[in-house]
Amino acid sequence: MPEMNILEAVRDALEIEMELDESVYLLGEDIGANGGVFRATEGLQAKFGENRVMDTPLNESGIIGFAIGMGLRGLKAVPEIQFIDFIFPGFDQIVSELAKFRYRSGGLFTTNVTIRSPYGGGVRGAHYHSQSPEALFAHTPGLKVVVPSTPYDAKGMLISSIRDPNPVIFMEPKRIYRAFKEEVPEGEYTVPLSEARVAREGSDVTLISYGAMLHTAMEAAEIASDEDGVECDVIDLRTVYPYDYDTIEKSIKKTGRVISVTESPKTAGFGAELSAHVAENYIEYMEAPILRITGYDVPFPFILEHDYMPTPERILDGIDRVWNY
Amino acid sequence: MRKILNLDGTISKNATEPDIPDDELLKWYDVMVQVRTLDRKGIRLQRQGRVGFHIFTTGQEAHIGIAAAMNTEDWIFPAYREHGAALYRGLSLEDIVNHMFANNLDPQKGRRLPGLFGDKSINFVNPSAPIGTQVIQAAGAGYAAKEQNEGEVNAVFFGDGATSSNDFHSGMNFGGVFKSPTLFVCMNNQFAISVPLEKQTAAENIVDKAVGYGMPGERVDGNDILAMYEVAKEAVERARNGEGPTFIEAYTYRQGPHTSSDDPTRYRDDEDVENWKRKDPIERFKKYLINKEILTEETDQEIWDKYDQKINKLIEEADARPKPKMRTMFTDVYDTVPQHLEEQWEDVKFFTEEED
Repeated sequence: MPEMNILEAVRDALEIEMELDESVYLLGEDIGANGGVFRATEGLQAKFGENRVMDTPLNESGIIGFAIGMGLRGLKAVPEIQFIDFIFPGFDQIVSELAKFRYRSGGLFTTNVTIRSPYGGGVRGAHYHSQSPEALFAHTPGLKVVVPSTPYDAKGMLISSIRDPNPVIFMEPKRIYRAFKEEVPEGEYTVPLSEARVAREGSDVTLISYGAMLHTAMEAAEIASDEDGVECDVIDLRTVYPYDYDTIEKSIKKTGRVISVTESPKTAGFGAELSAHVAENYIEYMEAPILRITGYDVPFPFILEHDYMPTPERILDGIDRVWNY
Repeated sequence: MRKILNLDGTISKNATEPDIPDDELLKWYDVMVQVRTLDRKGIRLQRQGRVGFHIFTTGQEAHIGIAAAMNTEDWIFPAYREHGAALYRGLSLEDIVNHMFANNLDPQKGRRLPGLFGDKSINFVNPSAPIGTQVIQAAGAGYAAKEQNEGEVNAVFFGDGATSSNDFHSGMNFGGVFKSPTLFVCMNNQFAISVPLEKQTAAENIVDKAVGYGMPGERVDGNDILAMYEVAKEAVERARNGEGPTFIEAYTYRQGPHTSSDDPTRYRDDEDVENWKRKDPIERFKKYLINKEILTEETDQEIWDKYDQKINKLIEEADARPKPKMRTMFTDVYDTVPQHLEEQWEDVKFFTEEED
């Protein structure tokens, strides 16, 4: 079985879907001859032609609106937004149009668009190459928001997203694009959306995370085990919206302690949703406060980014607080 | 400005009368009457509190000429004053009246403001309300049409206000670059709610914008259905031949308010309105048909009476229908109803007497 990093897995998924289904089209800035600024579409234009791998004008609202039009016609459009920090000119197209087409037309008009975009901090990218705005999209009924953390999931969930008849925001953790490799099956396979994965089993504290932060949470979980003998159950949410209630329920009924780990700002971030969901439904199982380890409520910093983002130390401090509450 | 019909229904000097069969001309007129009648009834129903909202087409019925120059397979992205294009293609009056009442037979399940509707069976796309967003979607759909079925074209309608929007720019730009077979039709009715054209753009004419996007532009009398048809027919032909998009500025006037919520006396002169009423697209076309002796005052009256009665009957039926089932609040958000929405449905069900 070949070994791939996340970037290679994304590229592989795109190539497979384009081969299997001639209605799959890619569009975006620099995705053609240049193969994308991260090389996620390397070689695809040469293989599938300029009509199906389209270098577009520099306009994110245009890219997404154009993709919606293609999707209405039955093509499966997979636009790339070069950095998710640049998605906001297209926010109206996503929130007002893409997310609502099926509903507003009584189910008559649907548009299958999967927006891929690298997100997240830790790459010395400063304000506009670092953000993690999943909560904005998770607050938009009609969208699905997917954030894989491993090469295996990146490939299987991207294929699922493209095949899913609903619009998907597919957020790629760019900090770990090339961080590690793992075995990834050749050819097509799917990983279902809206199903979380238990990344580590433990009975003491539940950590819920996704994307790049999942690995930081895993690192903290290993240290907690080694140094304090506290065993964390780590949930990789994988799909942020609509998310998997059952896996969370099972874990927190076991542990009675829960911490979410996300890298976006704290207030009204996705961790707030997770905390509220747990408090609303399972408060009687809770042995300790429900914590959020997040970024801070500031614009994404540059030179201080590693102080901004959740670290294993901050997560360990949280584990300590709920374990010794 | 392209023009064929004079106000008295004669053919303008230098213009050539298009060769259109009599029954087709009568169909155009018939649809114009339907649209105008729906406006008259719609505002009355809104004032009576029987429907929630009304959007007017009155004065802009010549847009039907654009639809008449296309095939029904060619998609149309409307703004919201193009009901005539849908009726021309065979949208049933029953559907549109049920939609006005947002009742249980409304194809859009009572989810939209009256006037904002689409119909897949006639390739008439469901519009939103944010302005201009459909322009780029039409460019993308046109590109897809070209990839899927050579020779297919599409059209998108928007107002003069939309030419200031982001997605007018992105749509025209992408359409030009990718040679979408798209008719970009600006229904320039000279007001964006209350804001007049000179506050919308410093360009002398909206049509001048076509140059910047590398596509041909045509300025046409938007109250002249024959000229609208001719200009669209030429643009359709270019698009079908792979020559890409055309920008059409249809110079017209909204005779009524923006919507039932608007009071146009606050921002425009009665005199202006009266002037434009003299250029009314239906009156002008009627005179042409009478000149050609394919319509008489008597047969004209019969058409108006026919739709008056037909729509009255549909209104009585639609008004008596119940609103859509509560469950429809949760369907069509996704292709299937996900777990969290099922739970929220259970919640709302607890507070209603409705069974399913």
